[in-house]
Amino acid sequence: MRNLSKKQKKMLWRILLAAALLIAIKLLPAEGWMAALCYLVPYAVIGWDVLWRAVRNIVHGQVFDENFLMALATVGAFGTGEYAEAVFVMLFYQVGELFQDYAVGKSRQSIAALMDIRPDYANIEQDGELVQVDPEEVAVGTVIVVKPGERIPLDGRVVAGSSALDTAALTGESVPRDVLPGDAVISGCVNQTGLLRIQVTKPCSESTVSKILDLVENASEKKSASEHFITRFARYYTPCVVLAAALLFAVPSVLLALLNPASLPSFLAGTVWSNWLHRALIFLVISCPCALVISVPLSFFGGIGGASKCGILVKGSNFLEALAQTETVVFDKTGTLTRGTFSVTAVHPESGYTQEQLLEYAALAEHYSNHPISLSLKAACRTDPDASRLSDVEEIAGHGIQAKVDGHPVAVGNSRLMERQKVSWLPCELPGTIVHVTIDGFYAGHIVISDLPKDDAKAAIADLKASGVKKTVMLTGDAEAVAKTVAAELGVDEFHAELLPADKVAWTETLLAARSARGKLAFVGDGINDAPVLTRADIGIAMGAMGSDAAIEAADIVLMDDKPSKIATAMRVSRKTLRIVKQNIWFALGVKAAVLVLGAFGAATMWEAVFADVGVAFLAILNATRCLHVEEFR
Amino acid sequence: MKKRYNLTDLDCANCAAKMETAIKKLDGVKDATVSFLTQKLTIDADDARFDDIMKEVVAVCRKVEPDCIIHL
Repeated sequence: MRNLSKKQKKMLWRILLAAALLIAIKLLPAEGWMAALCYLVPYAVIGWDVLWRAVRNIVHGQVFDENFLMALATVGAFGTGEYAEAVFVMLFYQVGELFQDYAVGKSRQSIAALMDIRPDYANIEQDGELVQVDPEEVAVGTVIVVKPGERIPLDGRVVAGSSALDTAALTGESVPRDVLPGDAVISGCVNQTGLLRIQVTKPCSESTVSKILDLVENASEKKSASEHFITRFARYYTPCVVLAAALLFAVPSVLLALLNPASLPSFLAGTVWSNWLHRALIFLVISCPCALVISVPLSFFGGIGGASKCGILVKGSNFLEALAQTETVVFDKTGTLTRGTFSVTAVHPESGYTQEQLLEYAALAEHYSNHPISLSLKAACRTDPDASRLSDVEEIAGHGIQAKVDGHPVAVGNSRLMERQKVSWLPCELPGTIVHVTIDGFYAGHIVISDLPKDDAKAAIADLKASGVKKTVMLTGDAEAVAKTVAAELGVDEFHAELLPADKVAWTETLLAARSARGKLAFVGDGINDAPVLTRADIGIAMGAMGSDAAIEAADIVLMDDKPSKIATAMRVSRKTLRIVKQNIWFALGVKAAVLVLGAFGAATMWEAVFADVGVAFLAILNATRCLHVEEFR
Repeated sequence: MKKRYNLTDLDCANCAAKMETAIKKLDGVKDATVSFLTQKLTIDADDARFDDIMKEVVAVCRKVEPDCIIHL
């Protein structure tokens, strides 16, 4: 009772009053027109708004709407002397509508609650005092204060304080993330333990929270094939049923009037025109496609909401639908299946150089590069780099770096760079990325850098296989040997190594051509450098996307954390949603068809008809709300 | 220009679908979505005539579902 809106409460009172009146009239010994007059009172109480809307909509040229059909059916029932039934049907219809309204409102609320990550205020310090301001008004560069228990309102960088952040609302991850001064933090996380001072790096409209909310709210605009089907179906269904109702009344009535009563065909024998009118009215009650029109989009809406509870943002119902048909999953290796953080695992210098020297030259040459490999070289080099020793730096994409260190030409890169320089190089028995170094044009040795697979990568691949993915493919710019080791360790079916960004697109095209007509291809990347492939694939999945605008832009599905196992979770959410959509479609159509057939033969009453209309809609809505429950997948 | 409006008292899903179809048919409207679930209207229409188009939108919506209010 307490959760009802004002409008719903009013309707509840009308229903109770009409029901009480109906019982009272049943007890009265009224007959004939007296009874009709009595029944008119509860009928008016419960149905005046339906009648009024029906009249108003006809004036506006809207003929086949629910109100009109219900009005026609109940007025018709009154006309054929079924007073009590007319009132009952209207009463039942209104009860059903109230239930429907309540259930839809409820699920809308729970989805909205899920999205309740929008911050209400930001604290800024003014004259030594904390003042709460609207996050929209905070300029980039301002330092905001976030107390323990508060939600971080804007994206920024920690300037003072350390704390643990609860990112569950964004990633579905329950383990808190520790932050220190210098770390980037994103809006929507809850500060758990310490006071943080954060310098704002993005205006409110571009913050992660705004982006996510925008994305999820817009998701219902991209409709799935099932939704398109229902919209088209609804457009034809109502006129067809109404036409059938008209024929069901007109044809037998004309035949009854024309034919000799003694030689009637069997289906007409013993019937009068008002029986046929009654059957036609039953048709009208069933002719509203509401159960489908509400429950199908609601299921997708719930599915998208449920997925976002797990830290999976789906940009449209169409992508959620496509995900269930995934046949091929293509992975980028670095940062997707592997951690993407490289570390030096071995240094093998040629004679004449020490390990330290080799590392130092390599680290210096890579000084200006932000490539993960460069970062690991710099991290491994113990001496402080002196950039003044470095000159003539040239980066050759897909090969490596050429530069001069202390005036000596140094080249640091892969085997392709060595071949380009026409220097003979030595292979290494260790798996990993091999960085070769030449000094003064002579081979000086190599450094082994490896990147470990993510903890859940192997389980993720196995999970995808178990949920029906036929082929998993790994694409990488890395060396063949590294790719082979990783592919074998993780159980990936196919891998292609030493690819340039353009080759990744080409391989994706080939794999797209090879998939079956109904199967879909998903590409999973970390959003860096793979935007073209993300857009080309049927479903582009970007991971670890917290705060990365490019990935959120290019992808169709965004995994907020960087766990590849979330892909299988997303597929499960998708399958569950589609299962529920199918159940609802078949259940609603089945019940309606059954009651239509029974009604045509005079075996269904108006009771069954009202159930087939509002009862089915109510049950379908309840079923649709199950899409929101994803606890089993977390 | 693409804009989003809140709706109140949009009570039936079928009406939302009908409103959407009617709005899409208007001259100058590139795309429109009426979401029953979020109770929102998203419309993409000609910049130059946007205000006039919105007047027509309100008029067609009143025809389909008189109870529904578009918050301009």
